[in-house]
Amino acid sequence: MAMDAWTKQLRKIYGIYTGVFVLFVITLWIAESMGLEPKYIGYAFLFGTIGVYAAIGIISRTSVVAEYYVAGRKVPAVFNGMATAADWMSAASFIGMAGALYNQGYDGLAYIMGWTGGYVLLAVLIAPYLRKFGQYTIPDFLEARYGGKLPRFIGIISAIIVSFTYLTAQVTGVGIITSRFIGIPFEAGVFIGLAGILVCSFLGGMRAVTWTQVAQYIILIIAYMIPVVAISYKHTGVPIPQIMYGQALQTIEQKQSALKNDLKEIEVRNIWKSKADELNAKIKGLPESWQKGKAELEEKLKALPAEDPKKADVEKALKAYPKSPEEAKEKWTAAMKEAQAMAKPPKSYVQPPTDSKGMINFLALTFCLMVGTAGLPHVLMRFYTTPTVREARSSAAWALFFIFLLYFTAPAYAAFARSEVLTNIVGQAFSSLPAWAAKWAGVGLISIKDLNGDGIIQFAEIIIKPDAVVLATPEIAGLPYVIAGLIAAGGLAAALSTADGLLITISNAISHDLYYKMINPYLSPSARVKIGKALLLVVAAIGAYVASFKLAIIVELVAWAFSLAAATFFPAVVLGIWDKRMNKAGAVTGMFVGLALTLYYMIGSRFYGVDWFGIKTVASGIFGLPANIIVALIVSRLTKSPEEDLQKFVDNIRYPKGAVKAGAEE
Amino acid sequence: MVKGEVLNAYWMENKRLIMITLFIWAIVSYGATVIAGSLNNILILGFPLGYYMGAQGSLIVFVILNIIYSSKMNQIDKKYELHEED
Repeated sequence: MAMDAWTKQLRKIYGIYTGVFVLFVITLWIAESMGLEPKYIGYAFLFGTIGVYAAIGIISRTSVVAEYYVAGRKVPAVFNGMATAADWMSAASFIGMAGALYNQGYDGLAYIMGWTGGYVLLAVLIAPYLRKFGQYTIPDFLEARYGGKLPRFIGIISAIIVSFTYLTAQVTGVGIITSRFIGIPFEAGVFIGLAGILVCSFLGGMRAVTWTQVAQYIILIIAYMIPVVAISYKHTGVPIPQIMYGQALQTIEQKQSALKNDLKEIEVRNIWKSKADELNAKIKGLPESWQKGKAELEEKLKALPAEDPKKADVEKALKAYPKSPEEAKEKWTAAMKEAQAMAKPPKSYVQPPTDSKGMINFLALTFCLMVGTAGLPHVLMRFYTTPTVREARSSAAWALFFIFLLYFTAPAYAAFARSEVLTNIVGQAFSSLPAWAAKWAGVGLISIKDLNGDGIIQFAEIIIKPDAVVLATPEIAGLPYVIAGLIAAGGLAAALSTADGLLITISNAISHDLYYKMINPYLSPSARVKIGKALLLVVAAIGAYVASFKLAIIVELVAWAFSLAAATFFPAVVLGIWDKRMNKAGAVTGMFVGLALTLYYMIGSRFYGVDWFGIKTVASGIFGLPANIIVALIVSRLTKSPEEDLQKFVDNIRYPKGAVKAGAEE
Repeated sequence: MVKGEVLNAYWMENKRLIMITLFIWAIVSYGATVIAGSLNNILILGFPLGYYMGAQGSLIVFVILNIIYSSKMNQIDKKYELHEED
């Protein structure tokens, strides 16, 4: 019953914490209405929240192995659910999700279903059994189940690849959010963010990360709900966006079908079409066309007299001009794709893909995201931290519930934003652009250009970047600046919590799985924790270094992480629990084939035009996953049955009672 | 040591529950996507049903599935006396 008292105490602490946070927001709101500058509100949110996370890190500091790796295995189901939700939901979910739905309509729902449906797989196929096993990492499981160091080693390699691709995206997210809201340079934003991440994981490992993630979940969910509730109230008079956006969907469909045959719209679409053709010709003419374009600009610059005001524009154009034919190909292809998309009449917002290729891609992507979710090592690891198997099961249900709160709200954001654009921007004169649109156009998140020169805004003249939807909603709803600051704090919480989970996964893979378990098993517990902490710093530094390049393929990186997890970990873990006959040879060859095939298709389809059945690069795992399973089943049947004690081990993890011998606590 | 027969019966029951869960899981996500075009002809509170299933309906079912699975498994654990001792 000590557990009950502990849970009660946690409820009290986080209850007070939530109250204080709400008071903090209200205080800032009052301060704003009394004339506090927006800049200081931004600072207050940034340093206030990071300060709290740091404080939790300091309070939960530890050097005890079980505390450092699995938070002492005493995280109650509800709190592990919140921590998992924060661990799971990244900057992309918080800021990008609604925008993807805005731009893609039904097609974007693959992410909504994929990123929630995976938790059903996780809850029924994996979580309870991993908890019963009760060690520290996923490579631990692979070694215990299959025997020998090789399964562990492939597990380590996959964990590092999967988590590191994902980590880079999070660090980039931290840099973007801090730099945009506080007005500091991107690199400085990354630095402050990393300090916030490290102060938790470095001092207290999984224990500090867990209790910080709970705090971060509370902030991010409050921040996500307030603007959309306000906009629902403004549009419909009812503050429940999740059931009121049906009306917005109707508005979208009506307005969009009217746009299909609008003459002005057609005119603008034709302009896009000729732009796309022009770019296509330029790409075909590479590398000469790149040379020619560069020479033309240089020529122009020379021809202009020094005092000509146009000179600055040409200089700017020259600076932005691709540095090499390869870069030109990448940039022009992206621009051509955008132009081609804009040249098409808007397709229905609510209809599923009509062609079979679109439908297959939608289903494949949904499947990869679902299975990948159930195979991401930083999420799986969280289920080692609950006190019992029973709690692990209910914690998977709680995690899904907390994630669900955000994901089933995202479609409302998207629909309200789109109906707002169709109603209050399209058809207006350029001179009477609403203030919020002008503001976000200023920072390049929204682009509105008068392509046909008629002074009126056509729908085909508006390009909205995915991030703009959540960021602009507070202003669309006419909320004070403090809410924009709250959104920034929420986005930051989402990025930091995910980065924390990933960082600790990578550091554990190297310090615990590789160094302690494979190289030097005589390491003392305190030395293990010390090495883990040192590695956190190294990995964080490498992550920041890679993020500083601001790679263009960040969106694909995230999707790839899912495909890789789906094609490597998921089959190895699930077959390990569900197929007693599965042995080392089968699991190892399966993982190897899954990893190799997925890497091949990912890179091949992204860069070298490889195309199987029209599957896009983001759904690459759809080949590697079945290949892994089939190869594993065949190879295992052709080789020896696993040893008696390994079969007993499988029996043992299947039910909650008792302890697993191999998984005894140290 | 838990007897083999008890464990087998327990595992069969768990498997059955999981098959039902995953069947419903697949129907509300993949099944609903494939027929979303026709489902969209049904309007509820302004929502075309096909879109609604993808955006919210399937999610609600997922949450319910996880809650039911977790509580049913706790009962099955007790039935076979394989639950954790306090």
